[in-house]
Amino acid sequence: MPAPPCTSCHAARAALRRPRSGQALCGACFCTAFEAEVLHTVLTGRLLPPGAVVAVGASGGKDSTVLAHVLRELVPRLGISLQLVAVDEGIGGYRDAALAAVRRQAARWELPLTVVAYEDLFGGWTMDAVARSTAGSGRSRSCCTFCGVLRRRALEEGARRVGATHIVTGHNADDMAETVLMNFLRGDAGRLARGGGLGSPGEGGALPRCRPLQFASQKEVVLYAHFRRLDYFSEECVYAPEAFRGHARDLLKRLEAARPSAVLDLVHSAERLALAASARPPRPGACSRCGALASRALCQACALLDGLNRGRPRLAIGKGRRGLDEEATPGTPRDPAQTPTPKAVPTF
Amino acid sequence: MPSAVSGQSLDSKTLLLKTAVGEGGGQLQWLRMLPTVWGPGGSVISGLCCRDCFKAFYIHKFRAMLGKNRLIFPGEKVLLAWSGGPSSSSMVRQVLEGLSQDSAKRLRFVPGVIFIDEGAACGRSPEERAKTLAEVKPILQAIGFPWHVVALEEVFSLPPSVLRCSSQEPAAPDGAYKAAVDNFLQQQHVLGAGGGPGLAHGEEPLPQPRAQSAWDLQSLVRPPAAAQTEALSHLFCSVRTLTAKEELLQTLRVHLILHVARAHGYSKVMTGDSCTRLAIKLMTNLALGRGAFLAWDTGFSDERHGDVVVVRPMREHTLKEVAFYNRLFSVPSVFTPAVDTKAPEKASIHRLMEAFILRLQIQFPSTVSTVYRTSEKLAKAPRDGPAAGTCGPRCLLCMCTLDVDTADSATAFGVQTASHLSQIQSPTPLTETGTPQGLCCSPGGASRREDPQACIAEQLCYGCRVNMKDLPSLEPLPPYILAEAQLRTQRAWVLAELRDCLIEDSEDEVGQS
Repeated sequence: MPAPPCTSCHAARAALRRPRSGQALCGACFCTAFEAEVLHTVLTGRLLPPGAVVAVGASGGKDSTVLAHVLRELVPRLGISLQLVAVDEGIGGYRDAALAAVRRQAARWELPLTVVAYEDLFGGWTMDAVARSTAGSGRSRSCCTFCGVLRRRALEEGARRVGATHIVTGHNADDMAETVLMNFLRGDAGRLARGGGLGSPGEGGALPRCRPLQFASQKEVVLYAHFRRLDYFSEECVYAPEAFRGHARDLLKRLEAARPSAVLDLVHSAERLALAASARPPRPGACSRCGALASRALCQACALLDGLNRGRPRLAIGKGRRGLDEEATPGTPRDPAQTPTPKAVPTF
Repeated sequence: MPSAVSGQSLDSKTLLLKTAVGEGGGQLQWLRMLPTVWGPGGSVISGLCCRDCFKAFYIHKFRAMLGKNRLIFPGEKVLLAWSGGPSSSSMVRQVLEGLSQDSAKRLRFVPGVIFIDEGAACGRSPEERAKTLAEVKPILQAIGFPWHVVALEEVFSLPPSVLRCSSQEPAAPDGAYKAAVDNFLQQQHVLGAGGGPGLAHGEEPLPQPRAQSAWDLQSLVRPPAAAQTEALSHLFCSVRTLTAKEELLQTLRVHLILHVARAHGYSKVMTGDSCTRLAIKLMTNLALGRGAFLAWDTGFSDERHGDVVVVRPMREHTLKEVAFYNRLFSVPSVFTPAVDTKAPEKASIHRLMEAFILRLQIQFPSTVSTVYRTSEKLAKAPRDGPAAGTCGPRCLLCMCTLDVDTADSATAFGVQTASHLSQIQSPTPLTETGTPQGLCCSPGGASRREDPQACIAEQLCYGCRVNMKDLPSLEPLPPYILAEAQLRTQRAWVLAELRDCLIEDSEDEVGQS
């Protein structure tokens, strides 16, 4: 049976069905539609004003590759300039291969690339070293907690180095859906109150961040990369199986099978969550050590690094986490048998 | 109706971990409790506790939940929604015991019980339904409260007024509850002092639970008309997915209970949702797109209907505790198959979420309580916007304020382009999409009739819209829904026509399309 014609241009043969609507489109029309939707997201949210220097967090994976490609196509429409910033977390066997992909992309697209490494920024701590330090007690290692916090710090640092005014990351709709599920499962009311919007406007000196791919589902991102024949790195991080997010991801896959619009429904729900005033996080101040945005005396990155440097990596993780200044009160029950609930990977 | 809760078997080994001869020569029975049990005074009990203490904690939780919320005033009529399942049976038992205690701690409201026979929706034969009813009736009679057994088919005779939210009563000031209680106690005291054998039956402020001959007559179970049964099963068969079926069933059930409550003067309805069920419900509603209404769907009180408030007193009891209590104290319950009984795990969002949460609970035992605690932090107001209570348009089916705005919202674009394009197959150039056009039906009669589905969809909230997509045709819906939808469409059209002439209040109208 011959394939139906594309419903948009009616000329070419349809090559795919859009996952969300089941509409049959040819490759070119789909890519055009995808780019139009990203443009619409950016314009209606007023995310990237003309003249912005935009630092794209490039990991070599499909999301950031697609993001960089689409933004590059839209540069004339938006009037922005792009910089690629890649973060080297020091995960052997994984990050080096991904960085190679980023370098190839930067060469092909002729975009300036800056690589920032944890090793340089954070006093010699690579993710492998962190993993070794937190291992051994039989509990989960919370590698992703460290990696997430430090990566955002590194991205901010890299963006500043190139003089960027905005940071964009390639989070897609599936990521947002997983995040809201995770935050509920772990009771993170603060993040629930903050999240669901269009990124952060950049309070307290931090650069504004946004996610132009926020409403594109993962399948569509993969389809786009396929039709534009983009070269990206597609393996999973070696520490990923330990993450709590895996549960949420698994759930999301099943929900999507039961109801295809589940991802969009979750994003809709996340946008409209209303939390009581008492649950919202306090207005953030500045970290006493590095001056970055922080809601306590120390920002999370400094607190985590502190814990690592003092040989107590779990110091800043979990309930009742403390920074350098706050000592544990004597008699506080520290139950070693308690199942730890690793904090959600901090977002936005 | 819940299916068997996995991983929580009630074999005798679990119940009787250790039998020891205590100091007084008596035997001790030990029970395993979850880490998240609260004792009197809010202290956390983790570990083991004996049967009597367990009963005390259980009852205390129920009373504390009612007491601290202070919503149920003395002498108020409360309808207990009993499904036959363990949680609602336990709730009914708590109410029964609570009403019969000594006067100081006695519960002070006037209860009635309602049981809804949903057999037609689940495809059960009349014989099976009769058998269930035969099991249900003795339990209802033993309870002693006025009871109502209603078949779901009665939705076909509901009036459209069910879907209209009655004016909300202003929240009573803080002192009102205490004043009402004091007043009531005084009344009781006076009556008790002057009373005696001379008190006539009808003069007692609280009718004795046994006196309900009038109610009995009213609730005599007539088998529903075959035409209605046929219509109901046709409706449910036409729904494409199990998820939409479950949601539709819940909606119809709520409307029916609401109608019965209003007809008999009940101002509160108590449902037996347990902590576990509510945690699952919260996550399910999140996945269904009802994030804006979580506080109403899973909070203690749900006052979206205005005059009748739905209350959930069992929300701090986990299913495990309920199961233990029912087993230890022989609370009768009736198993009725539901639409999703024996359905595979992947069949619906509800099943998926239930399986997921229960599995996660095994690995992280605090999952259910964490989700519950988070649900307590939800506020009953739109996220950024006018405070709750301002009258925006309400959803036709679930009666929550509509949460779909036109262009600015993030997901509006994604949804609108998808449905817009699938409905209109013309070569719309996608690159030119600016602000998406709403699927509004123009006031012209012709286009309105052509697209009734779109007209109804306009009046629904996001979650209900997504459910409606699984309903290929609107005709099998009960007439009250269609009538009300028609009325609202006409009203909107009239308003649109008169917009130029009407002097409106100010520019802060929300959600007018």
